[in-house]
Order: sequence, then C-alpha cells, then structure tokens
Amino acid sequence: MALTGVLRPGHVAIRVLEMEPALKHYIDVLGLIEVARDKKKKRVFLKAWDEHDHHSVVLREADEAGMDYMGWKVDSPATLKKLAGDIEKSGLCTDFEWVPAGEHPKTGERFRFTIPTGHVMELYAEKEYVGNNCGTDGPNINPDPWPDDLKGVAPSRFDHCLLYGDDLDGTVKLFREVLGFSLAEQIMTAADKNFMIGAFLTCSNKAHDVAFIRQPVKGKFHHASFELGSWEKVLRAADILSRTKTSIDIGPTRHGITRGETVYFFDPSGNRNEVFAGGYIHYPDKPAITWYDETLGPAIFYHDRQVNEAFLSVFT
Amino acid sequence: MPYQVTIVNTGETFRCGDEVNVLAAMEQACCHGIPVGCRNGGCGACKVRITFGNFNTRKMNRAVVSATEEADGCVLACKTYPRSDIGVHVLGRVWQTAKPPRSTSFSFGFTWTTPTFQPDKET
Repeated sequence: MALTGVLRPGHVAIRVLEMEPALKHYIDVLGLIEVARDKKKKRVFLKAWDEHDHHSVVLREADEAGMDYMGWKVDSPATLKKLAGDIEKSGLCTDFEWVPAGEHPKTGERFRFTIPTGHVMELYAEKEYVGNNCGTDGPNINPDPWPDDLKGVAPSRFDHCLLYGDDLDGTVKLFREVLGFSLAEQIMTAADKNFMIGAFLTCSNKAHDVAFIRQPVKGKFHHASFELGSWEKVLRAADILSRTKTSIDIGPTRHGITRGETVYFFDPSGNRNEVFAGGYIHYPDKPAITWYDETLGPAIFYHDRQVNEAFLSVFT
Repeated sequence: MPYQVTIVNTGETFRCGDEVNVLAAMEQACCHGIPVGCRNGGCGACKVRITFGNFNTRKMNRAVVSATEEADGCVLACKTYPRSDIGVHVLGRVWQTAKPPRSTSFSFGFTWTTPTFQPDKET
C-alpha cells in the first residue's frame, strides 16, 4: 500500500447561524445526505453520496459562523498514536486533546490539536462504513455507477478546505515534516522570493487536500470544497445555485492553481462553499509549482486574470 | 417599494421593499455604496451603522457584530429589513485579531476598499 499515514480529509465541522436554512442549503441545494443528528449539541452529520465513511460534514448551530475543526483519517490506530506523539513533540501545536470514541457518531477516538495558523485539526483512525448505496446485490457488490434519488448539485465527496491564518510557515512545516504532506503548489512574493503567502498541500494523489493563505488572522475559514466529476457538472451546479437564488461568489471559471474548474457560493450563514472538477494527479516526486503574487490574478481566476476583492477578504 | 434607504457616506438612495434586505435592495438598484460579501450574515463586509429609522434584523455572525455594537445600531445590511425610511453609515469590516506575523509590508487584499470611498476604521 503506497498511500499511508494521513489518508484524506475525513470531515469538516462548520458553524451555522440557523440550522433549518443550513439544512435546506446543504441537503436540498448542495445535495449532501443526512446521516445523524445530535440534538443535545445541536449538530447534524452529513455525507456526500460516494463517500463510504459515516459522515464528512458536521453542521453545528452557533452564534458565530466559521469552522470548528477539520478531521483527517489516518490508516490505523497505530499511526494515530504515532502521529499524535510526533505532533506533541514537534513543538508546533497547542491545545492537545483526545476526544473519546462516540463523540462523533460511529467514529473512534480523535486526537485534536491547534496548528500554528490557529485552526483546530483532528486525526482519527476509525469511522464506520455506511457505503455509497450503489451495490445491486449488497454493499459494493455489482455496483451501479451512481445511486438513485440524488438531490441538487450532488458532489461525490468532501474534498478540501482553504484556510486563512498568520503563521503560514509553522503550519506548512507541520504538514510537510510531521504529517507527511507534500507541497503541490505555492504562492510567493516577487519582492522576497522566499516569503510564502499561499501553500497547497496534499497527502494523496490530489492537487490539494488542504490549502492555507497567509493573512493576519487566526483560524479563519475561506471555503470547504466538494468534488464533481466534470466541467459540465460545474455548469449544472451553477444553474442550480442560480435557480435556488443561492448567493454566488464567482464562477463558473477555472483556477490557474490546481487547474480546477470551479464555482464558489455561500451557505445561508456566509460560509463559502466550492464545487469543482478537474485538476491533475499529484505524485510525491512532482516538483512544486510556484506562482508569484504579481500573477495572482490568473493563478486564482485564470480567465478573469484578476482577483475579485471579495475572494481574498471575505471569509468566516 | 415602501421605504427609502440613504447611504450617508455616498449620498446614494434606493428603495427597499418590506421583505427585502437592505443589501439585496442596493444590488437590485445597481448601487454600490455598501461592500458586498457573502450576502448571508457571516463575513461582515456590509457592516453599517443605522443613523435614523426603524428596522428589523435577522441573526448575524457574532464574530463580526458584537452584542454591544448591535445595541449601538451596528448591523449587517444583508440581515436588515427597514420598517421606515432609514439612513446607513457604511463601516465595512475590520477584523479585531489583525496582527502581522512578522515585519513585512505584505497585505494580501486584506482591507476593504471600494471605488467610492475608504471605509471608516471606527470599529
């Protein structure tokens, strides 16, 4: 097995101001599937249709919008223990906590820590499989390509987050040197070619599993992204967003960075979502791609060739 | 469109219906005085102070409008529904946590600017 250690972004926990409109957005418009509710903590657990794990999105009703934490699935309980130790020893993180099994439904214990950019991250090794409902003769037996009864945009999976924070150097060091990620792409300042302002990091074959942009804030959330199979589905997603009068940020368009085709929009609490298609296959020996801030326009929006103000400065 | 909204910074005026929030009415009227962000009460881009008039609000992100500010008439235009003619003074968003990581002049589109005016730094 070549892909080891940290396997993928397994969940993102998002704070919403009001649960009812949030569910209408995430279920009816985005097309995620509700799998569990936790009335006591005002949480709802959702998944995308092609994810086998129990849940990938956690919505929590709160007074502030933004992200509570992002969780990463690792390959085994032994890796979980080892990485937890490595993280503590690294001196880069704070606020360590073991969250007991069952605090998320159908999920094993999670190791929680705060990274240098102020974001709370978790590692876990176990989450019950519920499957993708495609099997015709039982789970994963003779499957159809997609299940019936999908709603809305219906992305296949939660894919990545883009996060804003101040100590980018510390966070990049943690992900690369402690968690084993590789740097797929980076944005540097032209004035000081060693000063990084954006990092696109991957633990897999994807162009990114998480990205960070340097901003003088702690723990801010730019967007959570969900994967679609084709450019045509991105266009269809934008049609659905417009038909449902969802607040669209920008797109459909293409990113220079990662080459993804994209549309950005906002949930009813102002948290940004993305659905995207395309990109490329990353291998750990692929040289990192570098962009300079003077070409930030096409790097971010390849056709407009300029960054809209809101894309950089609007986040929760 | 029963109510008139006046953006006191720019002098722009537009009409706003009963069930329409101030920011949506501004966009429909092709006015630009209030910065547009998420349109959904989260990002704080459209923060304004009500200078006169009656209004209702819906739930706003506490991270961008504190209870004290709200009591003082600070609201998000996207979550504000006029109940009379109203005046709004545009504040825009200023994050409280801003602290550059090290000595660098780099600023990555962080502060709000609009073609018409600089937002106040009063919050």
